[in-house]
Amino acid sequence: MSGIPQAAKGDISIRGVSKVYDPSGARVTAIEQCSFDVAAGQFAVVVGPSGCGKTTLLNAIAGFDTISAGEILLDGEVIASANKQIRPGSDRVVVFQNGALFPWRTMMENIVYGPVRQKTMSRPEAERIARELLRRVGLEGVQDKYPGELSSGVQRRGEILRALINQPTVMLLDEPFRALDAVAKSVMHEFVLELFDFSPRTMFFITHDLDEAILLADKVIVMTTRPARVKTVIEVGLPRPRSANVTGAARYRELKQSLLEVVHEEALKAFQAGEREMA
Amino acid sequence: MSSTALELKRSGRALRISAYVRGILSLKTLQGVSTLVAFVALWQAAVSLKVPYLSNLPYPADVWKSFTDTVVTRAYWISWAVSLERIFVSFLVAQVLGIPLGLLMGISRKSKDILFPVFEIVRPIPPIAWIPLAILFWPTEELSIYALTFIGPFFVIVLNVMQGVANIDVSLKRAALSLGAKPGDIFWKIMLPGALPSILTGMTVGIGVAWNVLIAAEMIAGHVGLGRMTWEAYTNGNIPLIMVGMASIGVAGYLCSGVVRIVGQSCMPWRRRS
Ligand SMILES: Nc1ncnc2c1ncn2[C@@H]1O[C@H](COP(=O)(O)OP(=O)(O)O)[C@@H](O)[C@H]1O
Ligand SMILES: [Mg+2]
Repeated sequence: MSGIPQAAKGDISIRGVSKVYDPSGARVTAIEQCSFDVAAGQFAVVVGPSGCGKTTLLNAIAGFDTISAGEILLDGEVIASANKQIRPGSDRVVVFQNGALFPWRTMMENIVYGPVRQKTMSRPEAERIARELLRRVGLEGVQDKYPGELSSGVQRRGEILRALINQPTVMLLDEPFRALDAVAKSVMHEFVLELFDFSPRTMFFITHDLDEAILLADKVIVMTTRPARVKTVIEVGLPRPRSANVTGAARYRELKQSLLEVVHEEALKAFQAGEREMA
Repeated sequence: MSSTALELKRSGRALRISAYVRGILSLKTLQGVSTLVAFVALWQAAVSLKVPYLSNLPYPADVWKSFTDTVVTRAYWISWAVSLERIFVSFLVAQVLGIPLGLLMGISRKSKDILFPVFEIVRPIPPIAWIPLAILFWPTEELSIYALTFIGPFFVIVLNVMQGVANIDVSLKRAALSLGAKPGDIFWKIMLPGALPSILTGMTVGIGVAWNVLIAAEMIAGHVGLGRMTWEAYTNGNIPLIMVGMASIGVAGYLCSGVVRIVGQSCMPWRRRS
């Protein structure tokens, strides 16, 4: 396949980032002095209480919103600081919580949108690669269907392919499987693990599902209750290629236990602070 | 085209025709026809038995006679043509002005803040309440009728489009940007297709409103048109012709809604299939 695999670049560095919404009015501090690094090609999963500021951080990396202090670097270059915000671009493609396939485009038209719009591929070339990707993940039948005709699991996979075909330096995924049932979710996990082995690149994946976090991640970043700071970073260290079988490993259970303890602590705080939901 | 393709096409057509015939003979059609027959029978019975309040109605046969007499006249079809032309022009102008205005107010917070208050004040006035002002204001009756028929669908489309644009998921815009869309693409590739369903809703509701206002306006002003024809039948005490006029207006409105629906669906294939 022409060039989809591997991205050598993609070092993310979050340095003392803070974000205050509505500074002149209600002053909601979403992130406070948040710092961590994700190395190129690493699969980072961010967990934290709902409403703590995870999406806010992702939006800043994606270039959708500004930050109030600190800076975010991508491969040593400042992409966001208090007085700088670079525009969203296909080096940092986002997969959204509620799905954002264009309803008026077929799956094929959705997937080729990025490369065709940026003229990095001709349409026939993009369509050929899209067909290969779809075949690879067993979705060859869906290319001429509109998203509304497909199950949400298939939509999700299509959306991830739409991101991947741009060969982004970083993929930003904001609770992409939140709305799916357990069975569909496990299909998604296999799918993501396979794609990651096939074409590793920096992943910035938000979730509130701890099993999902350990199964997918090289590194789990646990955030505190709002304002979000880094509570703990856990190196997963389970071998790759991985599959769902890994959940039987002793190391997995150990990780789950320690993760549960930290998250529980934060969830309790969130609960006491009156947040709606936890972990 | 190869011969097999032709055959496939022909057998496809045969299939469609047989499906159509089956559709006509289906239980649903039969039910519809029997309901219609029962309605006419009850009507006939009510008039023959001199049921209080209903005995003034003409017999179904009288109405049918009036209908067959009327459809062969030139005047009847001129009424159709004039009413349809008024609807067509006013409705079209309402869309051409209303859709961009709705898009503007939906996209730009500032223009909404400036323009929307006027809408809020004017909108609750039923379009028919504009009739006296319109007749006095516009130099000719014809212009008054056009203006009145314009007002109803205009407000409907503006509000629908504005709401539709505002409800487009911000994730779609962001997804497009992160896939390399330029700011100009956001309007043409996201806002416009995203607003299409609400444009269609606005048009479907609007065409109904347009007929409402047109008929009222024709009854008061105007010298021709289906509304006028019905009103003149009233001044002549010709009940069968009144009913022919009413039925004609119903059919005209139904046809117009159908055209709007077909146009809308052909613009939105992703809605048609799902
Ligand atoms: N545009 C905004 N204006 C004001 N407050 C916001 C805005 N977006 C998010 N917030 C607030 O910031 C906090 C963090 O939100 P978010 O980043 O979406 O949390 P998470 O993704 O972790 O659930 C929440 O309390 C939320 O209410
Ligand atoms: Mg979120």
